[in-house]
Amino acid sequence: MSDLLKVTIDGKSIEVAPGTTILQAARQIGDKYPPAMCYYTPLKNTGGKCRVCLVKVSQTSEANPRPIPKLVASCLTKVENGMVVENESSAEVLEARKGVVEFLLINHPLDCPICDQAGECDLQNLSYEHGTETTRYEEGRREFNKIDIGPHIQLHMTRCILCYRCVYAADQLTNSRVHGVLNRGDVSEISTYIQNSIDNDFSGNIIDVCPVGALTDKTYRFKQRVWFSKPYNAHRNCTKCSGKTVLWMKDENIIRVTARKNKFGEVEEFICNECRFDHRSKTDWVIEGVRDMGDDSVISANKYELPVVSPAVLVDSKFVSE
Amino acid sequence: MGKQILLEHINKPGINTIDGYMKNGGYASVEKALKSMSPDQVVEEVKTSGLRGRGGAGFPTGMKWSFLDKKSNKPKYLVCNADESEPGTFKDRYLMERIPHLLIEGMITSSFALTANTSYIYVRGEMMYVIRILEKAIAEAYAKGFLGKNILGTGYDLDLYVHPGGGAYICGEETALLESLEGKRGNPRNKPPFPAVSGLYDSPTVVNNVETIAAVPWIINNGGASYAAIGIGKSSGTKLISACGNINKPGVYEIELGVPVEEFIYSDQYCGGIPENRELKAVVAGGSSVPILPKELILKTANGEPRLMTYESLSDGGFVSGTMLGSGGFIVFNDQACIVRNLWNFTRFYHHESCGQCSPCREGTGWMEKVLHRIEHGHGKMTDIDLLVDVAKKIEGKTICPLGEAAAWPVASAIRHFRKEFENHILHPESCSAKHLYFGTLAVH
Amino acid sequence: MAFSAERLEQIKEIKNRYPAGKHKSALLPVLHLAQADHGWLPIDVMNDVAEVLDIHPIEVYEVATFYTMFHLKPVGKYVLEICRTGPCCLVGAESLIQYLKNKLNVEEGEVTADGLFTIKPVECLASCGTGPVLQIGPDYIYKENLTEEKLDQLIESLRAKG
Ligand SMILES: Cc1cc2nc3c(=O)[nH]c(=O)nc-3n(C[C@H](O)[C@H](O)[C@H](O)COP(=O)(O)O)c2cc1C
Ligand code: SF4
Ligand code: FES
Repeated sequence: MSDLLKVTIDGKSIEVAPGTTILQAARQIGDKYPPAMCYYTPLKNTGGKCRVCLVKVSQTSEANPRPIPKLVASCLTKVENGMVVENESSAEVLEARKGVVEFLLINHPLDCPICDQAGECDLQNLSYEHGTETTRYEEGRREFNKIDIGPHIQLHMTRCILCYRCVYAADQLTNSRVHGVLNRGDVSEISTYIQNSIDNDFSGNIIDVCPVGALTDKTYRFKQRVWFSKPYNAHRNCTKCSGKTVLWMKDENIIRVTARKNKFGEVEEFICNECRFDHRSKTDWVIEGVRDMGDDSVISANKYELPVVSPAVLVDSKFVSE
Repeated sequence: MGKQILLEHINKPGINTIDGYMKNGGYASVEKALKSMSPDQVVEEVKTSGLRGRGGAGFPTGMKWSFLDKKSNKPKYLVCNADESEPGTFKDRYLMERIPHLLIEGMITSSFALTANTSYIYVRGEMMYVIRILEKAIAEAYAKGFLGKNILGTGYDLDLYVHPGGGAYICGEETALLESLEGKRGNPRNKPPFPAVSGLYDSPTVVNNVETIAAVPWIINNGGASYAAIGIGKSSGTKLISACGNINKPGVYEIELGVPVEEFIYSDQYCGGIPENRELKAVVAGGSSVPILPKELILKTANGEPRLMTYESLSDGGFVSGTMLGSGGFIVFNDQACIVRNLWNFTRFYHHESCGQCSPCREGTGWMEKVLHRIEHGHGKMTDIDLLVDVAKKIEGKTICPLGEAAAWPVASAIRHFRKEFENHILHPESCSAKHLYFGTLAVH
Repeated sequence: MAFSAERLEQIKEIKNRYPAGKHKSALLPVLHLAQADHGWLPIDVMNDVAEVLDIHPIEVYEVATFYTMFHLKPVGKYVLEICRTGPCCLVGAESLIQYLKNKLNVEEGEVTADGLFTIKPVECLASCGTGPVLQIGPDYIYKENLTEEKLDQLIESLRAKG
């Protein structure tokens, strides 16, 4: 097909359909694709905010061989024919990414040892790959109290990186969004403003789309570290959603139910709250088998006990929230 | 005083009313454009004039207009950016308050050029009294048949509305402004798409500054070539400069582009020198976002040539030894002013005004403010200076909108040109030249 | 309902400034009206704003908390919004803010015991050439070239007005 566009990323070329973004093309090539903390394929309008996916375009297109002067967000920038992109081959990109990771961590509580997301946290993974050992940040950190938003979901705002995914999820999956981003700048927060519970057939999906431990499943909190449980693909007949889920089992108990995610951490099919919260008996489900989490996963790689930054920082208890 | 285009009639009696304005030739460009020109001819005149955007970026206005997707079957919009919030800038407020019909006339002629039938003037909410002035003037223009259906019998329809902001510097950024006009938070949009293709309500849109639009009537009446003949080279025409800080005569001056900076500061036609004959220390020449320059570099370029008030001359030397004309907010510092304290103040501003959407701006502005606050209050460390330079570098060029640069450049330039003063603050905090009468707090909302 | 019949008429007119289906655009102008009527924006007032514009309440909260002109807590009858940005500081704004705090015996954001005043330092009001400057809602008239004497007179006259 002649209308495919050729793009070269870190020296490897691929042909993609018009409209494909640099990030998607890089994911198709498959090895070192840029990280993405805010972009989320299943949710429209996401992306462009966290800036960890910045890459260098050293040639705009065949017709226009000039580079793009600034780094661009690969999650939103569309491929042009003959485009040449530098991701990990560019020192400038790596340096910028290190900077963004540092920014994301300066107000983060670094409370991985007590966070339910530890082991499946995109920020934790990002820091291993792109962060530095120590922090240069010595100022006070942002503080928020953790709150319950509804019977099933807890919000730990200190950990939020303001990716806006949960807001788009509520907008696109439910018919009345009751939470959003309030205030602005570095005191922005995810909130309902008034005491309001996020309660809707599909509200639980905001837990799955959260890249960090800001939105967690209350029914699961502290029951287990994720790496002590074993994931199984399972399904049930459901009138509201596909019923296809992952059951997280410890011995014979279902301790958590989530949607199935692909290797980019993106939900394959959103699930309803009934499947997620109300069916905790094995007899409710048809268990298909153990879910392969892939080699990259922290869950299989056993690297979960490491803190995100230098242990010296964590010792200072004022940085540990709660 | 050089050629006056925008302020020529500013002191005429009754110029704020439509009768007084028309007595002085007002609304002639509407007659001329609608009755004897095609929209594209108006665009061509503006292109010929070399007029550049007066909101800060200096982008050629005619070219911007020609990017508008006129073939789209969606309505086209012209939106006037009257959010004027860049510290040091107060020219748009002056124009709108004193000669509101000049902006309205410009909006009508420009909307015609862009084939827009609905246009908005987005005025920052704090200027509520200016909004009342504009609304009254718009009502007068409707009554005289310059707005509404079938304007002057030409078949052209235009409705013009004023829209108030709510208190947010970021809404001066054109895509944040459009979000705000749509009733949302002022979060800048990722570009592309640019407003010319998908702007207000996803329709092709042009956003222009007040002063830019106010220059259009003169260009149409006198021809683009006459405008281009004023000024120097690519800096054509006149520019309003808001002068403030440590000068004898703060105020809004219309200059022909090309006036030497030294003349602008010391001549009695303009700033009238520095009170008590104190020494000049530094100037921020184009609003708080542009690099600060010390006396030696603002009066003369690094090559020793006189620095002129033009886009090119002010940026001569790039970021190493130059700055920018920006919005024309000209802030003068005398030898008593404290560069560190001023930088902390400006950085607090950007911290306070960051929309919070993208991580480098949201986190980096606050970090820089906290470090500067420490230095200013006697708790700095020598390593803080390079830390600030590095944080600024990690924001610059990484953000969704240029607020990142606007926050980074003042930090980078102040340290580049006044490093000694920062070191002195850290080593001898008690010796600072400014009187610290008020120990402000960190940005809170 | 937070709005009088007359206000509701006005809101209808405001909505008509925007194309069909784009009535959310009226949010900022309507919030200004609501605050002019109520002094600040309590939750039930914001909920009424959502109702008249037919949008979700969270859309109103998101916007009201983004823009600094909206008061989300009760404030004094006169909110003294005084500029604290660089250019005004070059001509004495910092000491005037301190003077005002001492004079009224309140910190930023607090309400004086008589319920009349709140001091709210704000960012650049585009009045750098005529600073120091403050403004007072809901009319937002600028008071420029401020001095301690001018502040004294202003406070006196506002106290007299009550
Ligand atoms: C943070 C930020 C604030 C801005 N504020 C203003 C402003 O107050 N007024 C303005 O006209 N342009 C402002 N601009 C520039 C606008 O984005 C835009 O370039 C301008 O309105 C275009 O009009 P012009 O071409 O006529 O200058 C700002 C830009 C940024 C990034
Ligand atoms: S709660 Fe999670 S999904 Fe929502 S914005 Fe914060 S980090 Fe993103
Ligand atoms: S200024 Fe808000 S994210 Fe760029």
